[in-house]
Amino acid sequence: MIEMRDIWKTYPNGVMAINGMNLSVDKGEFVYVVGPSGAGKSTFIKLIYREEKPTKGKVYVDKKDLSSMKEKHVPYLRRSIGVVFQDFKLLPSLSVFENVSFALEVIEEDTAKIRQRVMRTLETVQLKNKARFKPHELSGGEQQRVAIARAIVNNPSVLIADEPTGNLDPETSWEIMNILEEVNAHGTTIVMATHNREIVNTMRKRVIAIDGGRIARDEIRGDYGYES
Amino acid sequence: MKARTLARHVREGAKNLGRNGLMTFASISAVTVMLLVVGAFLTIILNINYFTNELENDVEVRVFIDLLASEEEQDELYSNIESLNTVDSVDFVPRDEGLDDLIESLGEEGEVFESLREENPLNDVFVVQANDPHQTEQVAQQIESFDHVEMLDYGQDIVEQLFSFTNLTRIIGIALIVGLMFTAMFLIANTIKLTIIARKTEIQIMKLVGATNGFIRWPFFIEGLLLGVFGSLIPIVALVYGYEQIYQYITVSVDLSFIEMLPPYPLILQVSLIIISIGAFVGVWGSLMSVRKFLKV
Repeated sequence: MIEMRDIWKTYPNGVMAINGMNLSVDKGEFVYVVGPSGAGKSTFIKLIYREEKPTKGKVYVDKKDLSSMKEKHVPYLRRSIGVVFQDFKLLPSLSVFENVSFALEVIEEDTAKIRQRVMRTLETVQLKNKARFKPHELSGGEQQRVAIARAIVNNPSVLIADEPTGNLDPETSWEIMNILEEVNAHGTTIVMATHNREIVNTMRKRVIAIDGGRIARDEIRGDYGYES
Repeated sequence: MKARTLARHVREGAKNLGRNGLMTFASISAVTVMLLVVGAFLTIILNINYFTNELENDVEVRVFIDLLASEEEQDELYSNIESLNTVDSVDFVPRDEGLDDLIESLGEEGEVFESLREENPLNDVFVVQANDPHQTEQVAQQIESFDHVEMLDYGQDIVEQLFSFTNLTRIIGIALIVGLMFTAMFLIANTIKLTIIARKTEIQIMKLVGATNGFIRWPFFIEGLLLGVFGSLIPIVALVYGYEQIYQYITVSVDLSFIEMLPPYPLILQVSLIIISIGAFVGVWGSLMSVRKFLKV
């Protein structure tokens, strides 16, 4: 599903974020990406949804070559990739329903289909009864669930989560993990960057540790590993 | 594009005006002020142009024909003048007619000249109009070289002063309008840029969920268009009412009636069209310039 071949990434300011990385993630996998701050996790994540292009090497998502992809094709790639952030990135003036339907409206889906799919997705994240609420009326965990609903409402093949529990307390974090597990169980590949040791050590999924822009460790049923 | 999508863009564009109420008000005010000034200057300059054109068209060369010239020689001179390609028209004013005009223009006192009927001292005159009033001097010089021309009169000094004055007003007017238009564009581009910065997250999310750049651009395009069009409303109303008032005042006034103004219609319609076009252009241009930078997310 995701493949990286000899990836190098140097930013214009000279920072070498990724220094020779090879990697393959299969369809339906759940992968944790761990590592200290500044190790290259964020760049790694951005390469997958083509927020950044590698300086050298090839990135494939769903067999599509992102490194040579034309700018005008990027929007269509993004429709098969969902992204969730630490700070939710919800639109404060829109209701929960509108925040989720936004993702379908901007790709010009049919109105009837939008309603049906948004309600079904809100059911998945257990927010059906709060469809009319505004983001500021929700708890942090609920807001992140709205963000996840927006990311998965278009049935993407890959879901990228950049520290989705970074702003949440432990209990709420587990709620989010349960939902991500369920999304994964329906066949969506998940790549999640995290600093949450407890979650990584409890879930025992594949763990990719990044350090100094390289893959330091890649274990099928790994743990967090750092004493920090 | 689907009709429903276009409707969405229009709705979003209009909604954005309301969402960013204060910025919207600022933008529309900027457009309004600029268009008021542009509209006023445009109207004034068009009128000055019209007025000076009228004055320029009154510029003519009076060719005094040699008293001794025979009828054949007069005809020859006439055809010589007429064959100049810089000449528009030649009118013959016989000396008797000239005397009539003179007596009439002097009123009561003119009657003194009635005695001159028998021994008319005036010349026969050709009144020559140049194709382009600016060529009057050139035409005069050409005619001067012909035979049987006793004297020429074309108000040399006045003509030159008039032309340098009208040229100056035109240049100043055009410079002012161009300068003001750029100022307006700059202001609007900046105001819309602020509106867009306020919506950075929204654009970022749209890009993340796979909206095309064209789709993202549309509501801003509509918003800019609406800003420009709304901004032109007050200037147009001011123009319609203001111009009619001033026109009435000046044409009725005794002191100012020498000023020839363009009639309100179709001038008002033309200037309104120009104002609304400039408003729309400036709004759309400003919004597209501002949104371009943010699409490189």
